[in-house]
Amino acid sequence: MKRNSSTKKEQQFWAYTFLFFPLMLLAIFVFIPILFSLVISFFDWELMASQQNFLGINNFIEIFGDKIFYKAMLNTVLYTIGVVPIQTMLALFLAFVMNQKIRGRTFFRTAFYIPAVTSSVVTSIIFVAIYSKEGLLNSILGIFGFAANDWLTNPHTALISIMMLNIWTTSGYFMVSFLAGLQNIPNSLYEAAKLEGATKRQQFWHITVPMVRPVTYFVVVMSLIGCFQVFDQVFVMSDGGPNNATTTMSYYVYQNAFRYFRLGYGAATAIVLAGIIMIVTVIQKKYFPPNPY
Amino acid sequence: MAMVYLGPFIFSVIVSFSDNKNLINQPGQIVNSGWTLRNYIYIWKDLPFATWLFNSVVITACQTVTNVFFSALAGFTFAKLEFRGKNLIFGAMLASLMIPGIILIIPKFLIINEFRMINSYPGLILPGMITVVNIFLMKQFFETMPKDLVQAALIDGCNYFQMFWKVFIPNSKPALAAVAIYTFQGTWNEFMWPLIATNTSEMFTLPVGMASLRYELLTDWPAIMAGTILVSIPTLIIFIIFQRYFVQGVASTGGKE
Repeated sequence: MKRNSSTKKEQQFWAYTFLFFPLMLLAIFVFIPILFSLVISFFDWELMASQQNFLGINNFIEIFGDKIFYKAMLNTVLYTIGVVPIQTMLALFLAFVMNQKIRGRTFFRTAFYIPAVTSSVVTSIIFVAIYSKEGLLNSILGIFGFAANDWLTNPHTALISIMMLNIWTTSGYFMVSFLAGLQNIPNSLYEAAKLEGATKRQQFWHITVPMVRPVTYFVVVMSLIGCFQVFDQVFVMSDGGPNNATTTMSYYVYQNAFRYFRLGYGAATAIVLAGIIMIVTVIQKKYFPPNPY
Repeated sequence: MAMVYLGPFIFSVIVSFSDNKNLINQPGQIVNSGWTLRNYIYIWKDLPFATWLFNSVVITACQTVTNVFFSALAGFTFAKLEFRGKNLIFGAMLASLMIPGIILIIPKFLIINEFRMINSYPGLILPGMITVVNIFLMKQFFETMPKDLVQAALIDGCNYFQMFWKVFIPNSKPALAAVAIYTFQGTWNEFMWPLIATNTSEMFTLPVGMASLRYELLTDWPAIMAGTILVSIPTLIIFIIFQRYFVQGVASTGGKE
C-alpha cells in the first residue's frame, strides 16, 4: 500500500517535470495569444506606443461598415464554396481509381501527391508563370482557338485562377486520406455487388461513397478550415488585387496588421474570421455528421 | 491525369535550364532554346539564396528535433502517467485545436516583439518548437502500447524518464518518423510566420526569399524557376525516401476523426 502511494506521488512529479517545458511553450505561443488577441481587438494597438488607446467595441463596429471587409468575406466564401466540393470529389475519384489494380500505381500516387508536399510559395510562383499573358495556359488554350487572357490581372478570373491552383495542390493530399478509408472497405461488398451485376459506377456511388463518409467528413472539415484561411497563394500571386478581387479574410487581417500597422483592427477581423470558421464547422457537424446511421 | 499534376513541375524544370530569358513568352520555342546552368549559378552566387537555405535548414532542423522529442515526452505523459489536472490540461489543448491559427498571428508577433526577438533565430524557432497536433499523435500512439510495459520497467528499477527513453522510444519509430516528417514538411514550407517575423533579407527563409524574388526579378523567369526547383528538391528527396511514412501519417490522422 505504501509503495503504491509513493509511486503515485513519484508519477505526479515526473509528469509535471515532463510537461513543464512543452506546456510553457504552448502557454506563451498558443493559450495566452488566444486571450491576448481578444484584448488587442479592443484597442487601437500601436507598436511604439507606451500606452495603448482603448477603443471598446469600436473596431468591431468599424468592421460592420467596412466595404473591403465584406468584399474579403465574399471572396473567401466564394473561394471555399468553389474549392471544397470539387477538391473533395476529385480526391475521392483519384483514390477510387488508385485503389483499382492498375499498372504503375506507386508512380501515379507519387505524382498526385507531389504538389501537396511542395512549398505553397513555389507552386504559386510556377502558376504565376503559367497564368501570365503569354504563359503556358494561354498557349494551350490558343491551340483550341481561345483568346489570350491575363488570368491574374483580370478581376473576373483572378480568384478562380487561385482556386484552381488550390484544387490542384490539395486534391492529391486528400486522395491519400481517402485511399486509407477505401482500404478499410471489405472486398466482399464489391464481390457481392459484382455478382448482382452492379457496374463500376454503381459500385462507386452505392458502396464507396457511403462507406467512406467518416473520411469525407474529415476531409471537408480540414479543407474548409484551410480555404477560409487561404493566404500564401494570394500573397504571392496577386497581392489581393486587382482592386481587391482576390483579397481574402486572412490576407485582409495581414494587410491591416502588417502593412497599415492597425494591429487592433487586424485582431478584430481575425476574431470575426475565427468565429465564422467555428460556426461553419459546428453547422457541418450538426447537419452533416460523420456517421449518420 | 498524372500529366496535369506533374506538368507544371516539368515546365518549371525546362524553363530553369533555358538560356532564353523570354522563353515564357514563347513556349513554342522550348525545343529551340539553348540549355544552360547559368540560371542556377546566378541565383546561387549573386543572390542570397545560400543564406536563405542555411536559415531554412537551421530552423527546420531545430523545430523537427524539438517537436519529435517534446511531443513524444508529452504524449507519453498523457498516455501512461496519472497526475492531477490531467483532464483539464488535455481539455485545454483539445479546445485550442479548434481555434483557427489566424487569430494567433498578431498576438504572437507582439509577444516576440516584446522579447526583442523579431528578425532573429529564436523568434523564428521558439513559436514552432512544439505543436498540439503532434502531442495528440504521439499520445494516440503510446495508448496502443501495453500498460504492462510500465510495470515491467518499474520492477526493473527504471525511473520514468529511463522508462520513456529506453522502453517506449525505441518501440515507437514509425510514429516518431511521422511526426518528424510532418514537422519537416510544415516548417520547410511555412510562409506566414517567417514573413512576419523577419524584416531583412539575411534572416529570410527560402519561401520568404523566393516570394521576394518574384517581385525583384520580375520577368527573369528562368532564374526564378531555378530557385523554385532548388527549394523543392529537399522536400522531394525526403518525400521519396520516406513516402511510406507520409502516406501512413495522413492515413492515421485521417482515419481517426
